[in-house]
Amino acid sequence: MLKRTDYLTKNYGRPDSHTLQTYESSGGYRSVRRALSMSREAVIEEAKKAHIRGRGGAGFDCGTKWSFMPKPNGKPHYLVINADEGEPGTFKDRTIMEQNPHAILEGCMIGCYAIGAHACYIYVRDELHLSKQRLWGAIREARTKGYLGNLPFGNNYPIEIYVHTGAGAYICGEETALLNSLEGRRGEPRLKPPFPAQAGAFGFPTTVNNIETVAIMPTAFALGGDAFSRISDLHSFNDGGARLFGVSGHVKRPGIYECAVGLTLRELIYDLGGGVLGDRPLLGIIPGGSSCPVHLPDEIVNVPNNPKFEPYNGKPLLDLPLGVDTFRSAGSMLGTCCAIVLSDAADPVLAMHNLMRFYKHESCGQCTPCREGCGWLERLFDKIIAGTATMDDVDQVSEIASNITGNTICAFGDGAAQPALSFIRKYRKSFEDYIQNRGRSQTGRLSA
Amino acid sequence: MAFVLSEAHERELAEILSRYPNKMAACIPVLHLCQNANENWVSPEVIQFVAERLELPAAHVKGVVTFYTLFNQHKPGKHQIWVCRTLSCALRGSEELLSHCERRLGIHVGETTADGKFTLRTAECLASCGTAPMMQVDKTYYENLSPEKLDEILAGLSRE
Repeated sequence: MLKRTDYLTKNYGRPDSHTLQTYESSGGYRSVRRALSMSREAVIEEAKKAHIRGRGGAGFDCGTKWSFMPKPNGKPHYLVINADEGEPGTFKDRTIMEQNPHAILEGCMIGCYAIGAHACYIYVRDELHLSKQRLWGAIREARTKGYLGNLPFGNNYPIEIYVHTGAGAYICGEETALLNSLEGRRGEPRLKPPFPAQAGAFGFPTTVNNIETVAIMPTAFALGGDAFSRISDLHSFNDGGARLFGVSGHVKRPGIYECAVGLTLRELIYDLGGGVLGDRPLLGIIPGGSSCPVHLPDEIVNVPNNPKFEPYNGKPLLDLPLGVDTFRSAGSMLGTCCAIVLSDAADPVLAMHNLMRFYKHESCGQCTPCREGCGWLERLFDKIIAGTATMDDVDQVSEIASNITGNTICAFGDGAAQPALSFIRKYRKSFEDYIQNRGRSQTGRLSA
Repeated sequence: MAFVLSEAHERELAEILSRYPNKMAACIPVLHLCQNANENWVSPEVIQFVAERLELPAAHVKGVVTFYTLFNQHKPGKHQIWVCRTLSCALRGSEELLSHCERRLGIHVGETTADGKFTLRTAECLASCGTAPMMQVDKTYYENLSPEKLDEILAGLSRE
């Protein structure tokens, strides 16, 4: 159901939205004061009640993640914030960093306290120069006020926050690759276990949270965890609160919209996004960043043997509330909640080719199935578009993609293989037409 | 010639080191600092300098430099242009924008203009999908681009 909210986005668009004064005049920095007066366990309990599912794509419950951290025993703990936003189609984190950096800092402070950390690193991709500048500016303001430093709000719990930058590598958005990059190494993912909560940054217990996840935390503490969770339509799925939804591609009003969890794709595309460009028919939707499967507009929800899905079964996928578990159970993925919309002006074969070029470029090269497989897939799509492929090549795409899946250290391999498999399955006819017509397609272009 | 940092940059280096529990962690920020101070590229001398200052093997630093795309191993033009070409931008016309850019500058992607003013590159998703198509020039994002807007921006930069 469409319910617009403005917890994070209230001051978006104001020239001074990033300043401490604006943030405090809208009630900022009250939640952290409250959290610091509570016990560490009570803070985690409150966070759990809010049911904030990780906003970076995996959708793990934030409070539960915090509870995995060992009890402080004199060794350093670290909070690391993932702001390496680079998933194609995703542009929500950047808006928070640019326009509401103090919400991030407040959330980081609550997080530091909950997990027993005194230092927090915000890992921002290097290209986001304005974001880094705004974050450093906010840190300076908070430090000058004494909010950060040795005695935050008079509490004997020192907290420092630093911005760390990458240098252009999509894989550093994977949490263990990010930790390697933070430590000054090549950003190659690590084997798990050990999980970051046991041995993360610099070998010490670490929690890695997405930046939107921590930025919404002060709101949860201001409203109370349970009340915050109930804003969502999917409270019963333990998927609470409000979040940022993005829509890009062939829509009339692309952008970021803050809404209660439980918005549907139809509302995102037609109500918020203003409808498809040129009022053309929809060709497909990628719900949350390019690593999600693509969906046809006429797909139907079918999740048998699950009473929670009774209201949705038999209805269009476009009307299924966007939630971590709703989409996972329906055979999709919520990802980052930033949808890419393709109208029938776009050629699905070219769209797949575009994405596979991305994955080939960004594979870190550590695991053979992904390094070789992504290159191989890209070359097969090259062949299909050039008109030199045969029908066997289409089957080979499925075979290679299946051989990447599950055979790599991190989820990148799956993230590259899943879209390939779903594009081939859902637009098989377009792929076959390319081969039969020797590289000529009906539209032959991507832009509308 | 050995690479050295100015006094102001040395202070910045000391400040960077103070953020981390060990010196290795400063590797990427220090490389950025040195690249900015060295006409936007990481020369073998810069690698040597960073290795010595951070007490790391030069091979480690070289490994980091070659892993990340934003460390230039050759001197780029005065302005670096990245045109985003990933799906959301491609759906809004980034291919056309890129060809326009190539025609206008008279170079292909990956090349630098003869006067050394512009290096043209493509980028993968720059987190600006809602304002596609877009490009990054040095440290600035230019969004909602059209060929006309692109011409204006390039003309402005050429006059500098």
